Amino acid sequence: MNLDFSPEDLAFRDEVRAFIAQNYPEGLRERQEEGEEMSKEDFLSWHRTLAQKGWVAPAWPEKYGGPGWTSVQRYIWSEETARADCVPILPFGINMVGPVIYTFGTPEQKERFLPPTLSGEIWWSQGYSEPGAGSDLASLKTKAERFTGDDGKDYYLVNGQKTWTTLAQHGDWIFCLVRTDPNAKIQEGISFLLIDMKSSGVTVRPIITLGGEHEVNEVWLENVKVPVENRIFDENKGWTCAKFLLAHERSGIAGVARSKRGIERIRQIARTELSDEGDALIRDPMFKRKIAELEIDLAALEYTELRTLAGEAAGKGPGPESSVLKIKGTEIQQRITELALEAAGHYGAPYFRGFPKDGDNAHPIGPDFAHRAAPTYFNVRKTSIYGGSNEIQRNIIAKMVLGL
Amino acid sequence: MDFNFTEEQSMVRDTVASFLQDKYDFETRRKIVASDSGWRADYWKAFAEELGILGASFSEELGGLGGGAIDNMIIMEEFGKALVIEPYLGTVVIGGGFMKHSGYANAAAVIEGIVAGTTTIAFAYAEPQGRYTWSDLKTTARKDGAGWTLNGHKAVVVGAPFASHFVVTARTGGSQRETSGVSVFLVDKNLPGVVTRDYPTVDGGRASEVYFENVSLPGDALVGQEGAGLPLVDKVIDEATAASLAEGVGVLRKLHEGTLDYAKQRKQFGRAIADFQVLQHRMVDMFIELEQSVSMTYMATIKLDESDAERAKAVSAAKVRIGRALKFVGQNAIQIHGGMGMTDELAIGHYFKRGTIIEGLFGSVDHHLRRYEGLSFGAAA
Ligand SMILES: Cc1cc2nc3c(=O)[nH]c(=O)nc-3n(C[C@H](O)[C@H](O)[C@H](O)COP(=O)(O)OP(=O)(O)OC[C@H]3O[C@@H](n4cnc5c(N)ncnc54)[C@H](O)[C@@H]3O)c2cc1C
Ligand SMILES: Cc1cc2nc3c(=O)[nH]c(=O)nc-3n(C[C@H](O)[C@H](O)[C@H](O)COP(=O)(O)OP(=O)(O)OC[C@H]3O[C@@H](n4cnc5c(N)ncnc54)[C@H](O)[C@@H]3O)c2cc1C
Repeated sequence: MNLDFSPEDLAFRDEVRAFIAQNYPEGLRERQEEGEEMSKEDFLSWHRTLAQKGWVAPAWPEKYGGPGWTSVQRYIWSEETARADCVPILPFGINMVGPVIYTFGTPEQKERFLPPTLSGEIWWSQGYSEPGAGSDLASLKTKAERFTGDDGKDYYLVNGQKTWTTLAQHGDWIFCLVRTDPNAKIQEGISFLLIDMKSSGVTVRPIITLGGEHEVNEVWLENVKVPVENRIFDENKGWTCAKFLLAHERSGIAGVARSKRGIERIRQIARTELSDEGDALIRDPMFKRKIAELEIDLAALEYTELRTLAGEAAGKGPGPESSVLKIKGTEIQQRITELALEAAGHYGAPYFRGFPKDGDNAHPIGPDFAHRAAPTYFNVRKTSIYGGSNEIQRNIIAKMVLGL
Repeated sequence: MDFNFTEEQSMVRDTVASFLQDKYDFETRRKIVASDSGWRADYWKAFAEELGILGASFSEELGGLGGGAIDNMIIMEEFGKALVIEPYLGTVVIGGGFMKHSGYANAAAVIEGIVAGTTTIAFAYAEPQGRYTWSDLKTTARKDGAGWTLNGHKAVVVGAPFASHFVVTARTGGSQRETSGVSVFLVDKNLPGVVTRDYPTVDGGRASEVYFENVSLPGDALVGQEGAGLPLVDKVIDEATAASLAEGVGVLRKLHEGTLDYAKQRKQFGRAIADFQVLQHRMVDMFIELEQSVSMTYMATIKLDESDAERAKAVSAAKVRIGRALKFVGQNAIQIHGGMGMTDELAIGHYFKRGTIIEGLFGSVDHHLRRYEGLSFGAAA
């Protein structure tokens, strides 16, 4: 057992730190630190910077444009980007559909989709969930029927509704699970389709969430014509891609590095906010204890993640153990937001959506972090729901790990 | 032993409940929240004239219906169920509370205005530096001839945009956190030098930062005794806390009920999600939290007239229990609703938000746990 970084790893860490310091804009760092909503350009500008450097897809194989990092280097990367409050790289292209395409796609599909996914030219959305199919994803109903077009080429005619589609308002392409054989057993009649969101018949409608954010959408697909060549892998075998993708979605969902940064920030806040005693909140025994408990739980999560990483480095794919990381990781993220809201005291109540962007030039109310504390607390309830709810993760562990 | 309500109390509850059912459905409430004014002045008038509830908790000598804290509890619970925005807590419970307990010379006249619905009050007590220590005051009132000059900044004054008057705590002596030297004033919002900056709150309400810039107050603005206001403030805040917990119980009922309904109707894996035992047990735990919250609200409300220490202990105990219930029940209500729970469209999230604000109102769970410990262990701790 040896968890020390090698001299090469330390050199790598310095290189990463220097790169971030030189290339990551201060304005973005501040907005990310305050938990502000990010615009499309906010996400894309950092994505492009990293793409140019060849660092945007740490886990991709080199031949498809990955940097060829070891798992330790990837770990260092996530630590450093979190430490610097870097805007996250959206997972839909890089962590989800990209790996599906390079694993299951044809050479033409790889050539067509992988480079623009890396460069950020394609903004991907994930079209899995439907109003009637959430936890029970395989019960999805969106239909894709094959037909031959006037041009003699083969198409699917797609009809249905996807929902909870994150940031689809910016989307260029959406990867969808669709039903291609209504008569097969539910997991066997599904295909994995890539759909150009500019196609006629695609409508995106906003869903506003608890904190006032426009983060998710409904996507309506009405007689959308999709060329058959946009199907990844075999017809009716999409569930294989779906499961592969979900395993990738879950790895990295623990968010250890970001939670570390989150706790550090709570400590920072607690140094300036005052307790009932008129002393720094950080000296309040009750508040201190909650931070301590969080740090200890985060250490347990971190070492569990490191063990998983070591397993992966030794050739084990991400298994059902990643459900442990998802459950504990999201619980910790949620507790961090609870502490921030507590620290805000009375100033957790004022609500300034988009403040100060909305043109309110008067001086802000309360401490800087406070106006985002409650909306963030509300918003982060999502983490135990999406990506397979924490109940579903527990079911997975019960079945796959404990054999129940 | 009797936990039943009197006939009058049941009538108050039924009157309020049926008014809210007819006129305060969730869509109406959504419109109120989004409107420019942020409340319904005509509803307030209806509370006064049509329902007569603004007087329910005042004695008959003061022009009320002869009730008290239990009436406030009943009304606040109903308000919690409908997520009512209008300022009953600030006006009747807090403003009225100061009038009842202070021996204030103009109390009868002020209460008359409250009962008639013409006087609305917001409580300006918290300050940016003070957190939940009510004596931590930088706001000052200096003697000035027969009157006073008021200066200071009050934080997050809930309901201030709807108020005609403020009840303001200010230092007339002593140092910043001292328990003596605190006085209470009734301040007309239209006086020169009263500056407000209004904003919405996350739970759909409105509040203001209130600044007093050399505001000249008449001599009779002083409510209660000069420099000895803190025990009065503590008592009224305890009453307000108990009332807000009753509102919390209303919120908890809707969170629980809404979740049961949803779980019975939402199907996944070919059956209602309410069939999954893990969710059943979760909803049972939510139910237990709700029932204990009801009990603690009764306990706190019944003890409001006991000695200062008994009252404070009961209120803090209730706050700890119900604060935790609000968090547990609220978070699980969202969780069991899945993605739907995250939407602004469904009422459930709005109950969660209001519950979250009530959890921190008049002191966090930690604050009240500490207060309880102090009262319960005293110097032994
Ligand atoms: C903010 C946000 C962003 C999202 N982004 C995307 C996206 O980009 N693309 C996409 O495709 N989807 C997305 N989703 C959808 C997400 O994957 C689903 O919300 C999730 O799978 C849960 O489904 P549901 O909302 O239908 O809840 P339901 O499946 O109806 O579940 C409701 C409750 O029942 C519980 N439950 C269900 N089944 C069981 C069981 N067998 N045992 C025990 N408990 C059970 C759940 O855990 C939950 O608590 C997003 C969701 C949110 C909230
Ligand atoms: C100290 C002690 C004193 C006792 N005294 C008496 C006595 O005086 N007279 C007498 O007749 N009996 C007595 N009992 C027996 C007692 O009533 C049983 O232990 C009890 O009914 C549980 O039964 P079991 O031990 O067979 O556990 P099981 O029924 O085998 O249960 C094992 C576990 O499974 C859980 N479980 C079972 N069914 C379900 C379900 N449907 N859903 C979810 N979880 C479930 C249980 O909650 C428990 O956690 C006593 C037991 C103890 C420990």
